[in-house]
Amino acid sequence: MQANFWDRNQLKLAPVFFLAPAMLLFAVYVLYPIFSSLRISFFEWDGVGEMIWIGFGNYIEMWEDDRVHTAIKNNFIWLICFLLAPPLSLALGIFLNQNLTELKFIKSLFFFPFVVSPVVVGLIFSWFYNPKYGLLDSFLEFIGLNPLAVLSNENIVTFGIIIAALWPQIAYCLILYLTGLAGLNKEIVEAAKIDGAKGWSMFWNVILPQLRPATFIAVIVSVLGALRSFDLVAIMTRGGPWGSSTVLAYEMVEQAIFNYRMGYGAALATILFLILDIYIAWFLIRVWLNEKGRL
Amino acid sequence: MKKLSILITAFLFTITAMAGTLKITQNSSNANTHKLWKEKVIPMFEKENPGINVEMTIYDHEAYKTAIRNFLQAEPPDVVNWFSGNRMKFFVDQGLFEDVSDVWKKHGLNSQLSAARSTMTVNGKQWGVPLTYYQWGVYYRTDIFKKYGLGEPRSIADLMHICATLKKNGITPFTIGTKYLWTAAGWFDFLNLRVNGYDFHMGLMDGNISYEDKRLDKVFDIWGDLARKGYFIENHASLSWQEGQAPMLNGDAAMYLMGNFVVGNLQEGGLTGKIGYFQFPVIDGNVRTWEEAPTDSVHIPSKAKNKADARKFLAFLARPDIQSMVAEVEGMLPTNNQSPAPSDEFLKIGFKVLSESAGLAQFYDRDTNPEMAKEGMKGFQEFMVKPDREKQIRKRIEKVRKRIFKK
Repeated sequence: MQANFWDRNQLKLAPVFFLAPAMLLFAVYVLYPIFSSLRISFFEWDGVGEMIWIGFGNYIEMWEDDRVHTAIKNNFIWLICFLLAPPLSLALGIFLNQNLTELKFIKSLFFFPFVVSPVVVGLIFSWFYNPKYGLLDSFLEFIGLNPLAVLSNENIVTFGIIIAALWPQIAYCLILYLTGLAGLNKEIVEAAKIDGAKGWSMFWNVILPQLRPATFIAVIVSVLGALRSFDLVAIMTRGGPWGSSTVLAYEMVEQAIFNYRMGYGAALATILFLILDIYIAWFLIRVWLNEKGRL
Repeated sequence: MKKLSILITAFLFTITAMAGTLKITQNSSNANTHKLWKEKVIPMFEKENPGINVEMTIYDHEAYKTAIRNFLQAEPPDVVNWFSGNRMKFFVDQGLFEDVSDVWKKHGLNSQLSAARSTMTVNGKQWGVPLTYYQWGVYYRTDIFKKYGLGEPRSIADLMHICATLKKNGITPFTIGTKYLWTAAGWFDFLNLRVNGYDFHMGLMDGNISYEDKRLDKVFDIWGDLARKGYFIENHASLSWQEGQAPMLNGDAAMYLMGNFVVGNLQEGGLTGKIGYFQFPVIDGNVRTWEEAPTDSVHIPSKAKNKADARKFLAFLARPDIQSMVAEVEGMLPTNNQSPAPSDEFLKIGFKVLSESAGLAQFYDRDTNPEMAKEGMKGFQEFMVKPDREKQIRKRIEKVRKRIFKK
């Protein structure tokens, strides 16, 4: 009988065994840290000494913390600007999607920023923006304008960083759209042509609907990229000048690591997690509805 | 077979480790320092103390600051590098550093290391041994000063006159790079030390005095005056302290309030023989001249395994000959007053200034709580660009102080 147990339950057990390693790693490296940081967010803790329970103290403080307000405002700006990435790369994709040998080389140049590490992107743009020796100001000077210290002007610094971040982001979305464009159903396009569709109506009614999967992914990666933006802020300004370009993810690292406030950092992480959660939930529901529709 | 040999090696290794291995850290970013420790300091110690085997782990300077918090609690080395003052106090308060007052007493360090003694003392006990320190002050272009007939200022009025003359001739008086914030704190520290003196400054650092206190008005008045008149280079919030050197190198700016480590770079940049140093000028004749001198130090973690040998090593590092050897390579000053006087001209002046000073402050971000320092310095940076926001800035810093020190 013992030997038969496996035979009887093989179909049920096999998936469990196959999933086990991944589930275990997921539990240790994703689930545990989430709950652990949720717990830490209720304490005042410098990372070394005693942990003091303060309940929702960190969250209450966050409510009236100017830095956090700035961070949320900047995250919002990031989000809006990053939503420009999909349409821009779609336009670029349609332009590049022509059967010309010359364009192959140009296409690869457009992919280039996506391959480069964000650290390099950040450094290149910091030099580009340097008010004394940077390319941007040589150009402004050339056309007779005053130099612009992008990274030390509190009003434009966030946009300066976002432009740097959009550079690789557009390349990423571009790849998605080029794959989508390559997979267009030629028969439908032909049929539309026969029916007299061209120009805008062709694009809007025939091409764009076929690119829906690519658009969906492009919007998702852009929103995620905007909300978890950290690297370029850390490299280009460290949240400066005087904290005006900070975002939630950067503020979290600064509080936890540099200011020795693990609890407050964890509370910021929790808020960021919740914001992302709303979005991920929406995403999952859409995927689910989509699948159901197809079935 | 291979496994067995690994086991044996591991076993032998533990045995040698038990026979007096001393684990130390090294956080200097200077490769010459690593070389000096490997080739001279450690071999000398091992020779004088047979049976002790020193193992040194080299860390990246910035990464070390976070790494130390972890290893002090878990498996600490026997001797660690750190910084005296409030940064040391942070670990002392957690009970993570060993009280080494006995080493001080036994080797007569109380008199030999008197200059840095107060910065190593918490609750009347010493918690480590200072290694090196260096002076801060104004480094200036002697050729530019000569060209406009300017001399070294003794008072703030002299300094304002120099600034006005330079500005009139199209030269920005001061360069600075505040992108990483701390350079701005140098200005705050000196102005406050000169206006209000050490006790007030330390009271502020310890969180006992409000940032909206009336006595600080004069500090911000003078500082704001300098900023409003355009005496600091433009767009300094975009520049790191290194990038801030460029205007001085090409003659667009004439002075830089900085630590002595700037000299090497300026000389390499082609200014050898064209650099001078003066002490931050007096503002109030009734206030004595306190100086900034950040001190690097060594400590024994309270969870260290080999504390007996670690104490020997600390005493060894406090010795005048070892101190001057280490200081020379770092371009800094030995803390032991029995050490031979340095030969470098800037170190010579620094030695004189520091030994004649009324006392030493460490530096804003070493003297106060880390978070307070961060938020305070953001405010200072903003103030230097937008001096008209003084009120809001001080209010914001004060809010942070109240929360951190709960006063």
